[in-house]
Amino acid sequence: MDTLHADLMLMLPELLLAVGSMVVLLFGVFAAQNRPGLVNMLAVVLFAASAFLVWRQPMGLDASAFSDAFVVNDFTRFAKLLVLLGAALSILLSTRFFDREKIARFEFAPLMILATLGMLMMISAGGLMSLYVGLELQSLALYVLAAFNRDSVKATEAGLKYFVLGALSSCLLLYGSSLIYGFSGTVAFDGIRTAIDGGRNLGVVIGIVFVMAGLAFKISAVPFHMWTPDVYEGAPTPVTAFFAGAPKAAAVALLLRVLFDAFPNAVADWRQIVTFISIASMALGAFAAIGQTNIKRLMAYSSIGNIGYALVGIAAGTEQGIAAVLVFMAIYVVMTAGVFVCILAMRRADGQAENIQDLSGLMATRPLLALCWIVLLFSYVGLPPLPGFFGKFYVFGAAVEQGLWPLAVIGILTSVVAAFYYVRLVMLMINGEPGKPFEAAMGAQLRAVLGGSMAFTLAMVVVPGILVGWAATAAAALVK
Amino acid sequence: MSSWPLLSIVTFLPLAGALFIFLLGRAEGEAGDRNAKWVALWTTLATFAFAVMIWVEFDPANPGFQMIEEAPWLGGGVSYKMGVDGISVLFVVLTAFLMPAAILCSWNSIEVRVKHYMIAFLVLETLMIGVFCALDLVVFYVFFEGGLIPMFIIIGVWGGKRRVYATYKFFLYTLLGSVLMLIAILYMWGTAGTTDIVKLMDYDFLPEAQTWLWLAFFASFAVKMPMWPVHTWLPDAHVEAPTAGSVILAGILLKMGGYGFLRFSLPMFPLASVEFAPLVFALSVVAIVYTSLVALAQEDIKKLIAYSSVAHMGFVTMGIFTLNQQGIDGAIFQMISHGFVSAALFLAVGVIYDRMHTREIAAYGGLVNRMPLYAFAFLVFTMANVGLPGTSGFVGEFLTLAGAFQANTWVAIGAATGVILSAAYALYLYRRVVFGAMTRPELATIQDLNLREIVTIAPLIAATIWFGVQPGGVLHVTGPAVQQLIQDMDVAVPRAPVPVSELVAAPQGEAGHDAGHGAEHAPAEGQH
Repeated sequence: MDTLHADLMLMLPELLLAVGSMVVLLFGVFAAQNRPGLVNMLAVVLFAASAFLVWRQPMGLDASAFSDAFVVNDFTRFAKLLVLLGAALSILLSTRFFDREKIARFEFAPLMILATLGMLMMISAGGLMSLYVGLELQSLALYVLAAFNRDSVKATEAGLKYFVLGALSSCLLLYGSSLIYGFSGTVAFDGIRTAIDGGRNLGVVIGIVFVMAGLAFKISAVPFHMWTPDVYEGAPTPVTAFFAGAPKAAAVALLLRVLFDAFPNAVADWRQIVTFISIASMALGAFAAIGQTNIKRLMAYSSIGNIGYALVGIAAGTEQGIAAVLVFMAIYVVMTAGVFVCILAMRRADGQAENIQDLSGLMATRPLLALCWIVLLFSYVGLPPLPGFFGKFYVFGAAVEQGLWPLAVIGILTSVVAAFYYVRLVMLMINGEPGKPFEAAMGAQLRAVLGGSMAFTLAMVVVPGILVGWAATAAAALVK
Repeated sequence: MSSWPLLSIVTFLPLAGALFIFLLGRAEGEAGDRNAKWVALWTTLATFAFAVMIWVEFDPANPGFQMIEEAPWLGGGVSYKMGVDGISVLFVVLTAFLMPAAILCSWNSIEVRVKHYMIAFLVLETLMIGVFCALDLVVFYVFFEGGLIPMFIIIGVWGGKRRVYATYKFFLYTLLGSVLMLIAILYMWGTAGTTDIVKLMDYDFLPEAQTWLWLAFFASFAVKMPMWPVHTWLPDAHVEAPTAGSVILAGILLKMGGYGFLRFSLPMFPLASVEFAPLVFALSVVAIVYTSLVALAQEDIKKLIAYSSVAHMGFVTMGIFTLNQQGIDGAIFQMISHGFVSAALFLAVGVIYDRMHTREIAAYGGLVNRMPLYAFAFLVFTMANVGLPGTSGFVGEFLTLAGAFQANTWVAIGAATGVILSAAYALYLYRRVVFGAMTRPELATIQDLNLREIVTIAPLIAATIWFGVQPGGVLHVTGPAVQQLIQDMDVAVPRAPVPVSELVAAPQGEAGHDAGHGAEHAPAEGQH
């Protein structure tokens, strides 16, 4: 009884979300059928409460529950806070958009909560079973969210595509898991680590390849990225914002957990895979984005490229590399939320504008909004003193420290190619002929998210050491 | 007074001014623009006042870093550290000196988005001064690379007809060079465990690592300089940039490359610097001769001056890699002097461009008839550009050539040819624009310099002549620091496979003589 109590206390943040999702659903059905905005706010409060519970867990805690199926430490704490932040920001982005598009439904919030719950489970997974359960909980909710605008052909297509390919990736993951289980005799990460301590085992290596393939799909790394542009384009924009942020952070955290908890003795094996998908993602993200005309598709390729940069840090295979990835992902999540506010602000009376050309001359019509865009885009380029620079600085620093020269040099060169398409947007805004102006009103929630994003930018310039310090503590907990 | 964090004040005061303009309210139109201009002018003047204070406080006898400020920033060996030595302090003063001129010359010529323009310039000033004050490699990189953003916007928004092309070229060229330097910085950080420039100067990098690190830094600084053959972005950027953009580009941004060589390449990778000196010599001589010839053929005034800048920067790189006192002193002097002179030449082009809206050489002629004051000012700067004794242009060229002569006679001979060519293109330009008959009817009503333009240009004339006659003012400050740099290199280099004496004749203790040296030879050199 005491163990059960202690175990449950460890998963309090998750329990809160699990119970909360049901409460929110019932509340929506019985009391707020026509007030989805209220349900959304409830979800934000729930995320905040859950984040508070995560935050309250003592620093340096390293515990596991339910026979090591669920792990809690400084690393999971950092990743969970990041995911909860990303999820809360996405909900704030959504209310006004769904209202205006007349597709607001209260089911949105429970789905978001369930997806987030799945992500928290993924982050804390201590074995292949809990990993899979968390991943599927997340994925199923995301499939529905992608097709949330069910009367739109594009959204339905996005949902279906995501589902079919997602199911395939789950198969790969399961297949890899069963191989690893077969060759190591256990599904717990700790057990796998001890089991393959002795040296290379071909069965396990193949298992790692399959698991990596499944996870690469979730983070949309090349060559498992095909779904990304279509889903990003088809899904309602706030859902796209959500896809680009929290699930990516969660999947990267999960990848780190698997690689460093279960396979720290096989760094040489998985480093090759990570290096390959990293270079492929950075290159494709940079080159394929150049030809895009739809801003959401552009962001899809941008996110593929950015995942490539995160993978550079993973490929380093060191504590420093993990810290770098965490810094990078934290910056990426906040920047992405900011950019999607800017994309949502591209709204005219006749609907949401999504074409890049619509940004033409924004500096003349909406100088302040254009300024935010420019700051965020230059941050994506990785120009100092903006936050994006620090993310790249740390991941490439970790790679260089390990002597991964080809990876670092190719990566940094692709960032120059990528600079071209970000800068092209800036040029369009400051130099293009102004088109029909966008609506001036953005709504308080969007303003708050954009303001927060800008405040974060400023904070990263003045006191970047804080985030870096947190990430270092988190990384130390993962490397044993 | 000395307890004030003067360097941080000078660095961030312009940023505060920019913030003030930003917050000044939404006063649109005439009044808002006028306020923005005045705030920008007063901010740059106040910054200059503080910069002069730095100059006064600076102790030239001390070859080390002074006025050091340090605060925790990133952690892991990366901190916010500022400080100046004899090499950097003058660049801080130069930047602060040129900024009021840049603001003044934009007073009437910028008509759209004046507020944004002033903000961009003030942010740029912060980033430029930061480059010269930073004593941490990462802080340096942040300022160095951050400068791309305001410059991108300045050329992209207020540039000429082909501004989009020029902006991309400028931006991508510079970015490509810099990211390679970033990789090198990351390696140095990983190996030495710190990015403190002072500590890195004492750190011995492995000889083979030095080669790669030197090349990575070279990629960045050679583009920024710009050296032949990666100079092609500069003429485009100059032609399309607004006058003040050109002034700052030529006056300050080009100096960052040379400063980088002196601050990083030489002291941190001494072995590689000696090893690659012949390469730099070759590129410098090609730059001097080739771009001078190209300049002769230009039809656009700004393009001509841009090519002449590349040639003058060739003297700088040549001087730096002579690795002797005269050469490096001369290179620094040349950078400072070119800072006034090229900035002033672009201001002078701006003056007639504001009136006639063309930069075609053929569109002018006979200006002396209606613009005597202008003709005088332009003459002073043309002569300084040629390197006439008595102007600041002479001292730098002479010292770098003297240094080069000690290092390699052929290099000196090649570069000296460039001096003749520079006289050719500069005087040819002057003749076509200022002399001759005033045949074009459009020019019949052209006005001479107004008060604002006189106020903008007069300090530059004073500086050009003052430092031409009294070069000691600069050499006195740079001498000890340069001497220290050369001594440190002499300690590091004997371990090289090639004996240093074969490549470099390193004279000691000539610092004090340089000024007199230059003056003595003045008549002989002036004949060209």
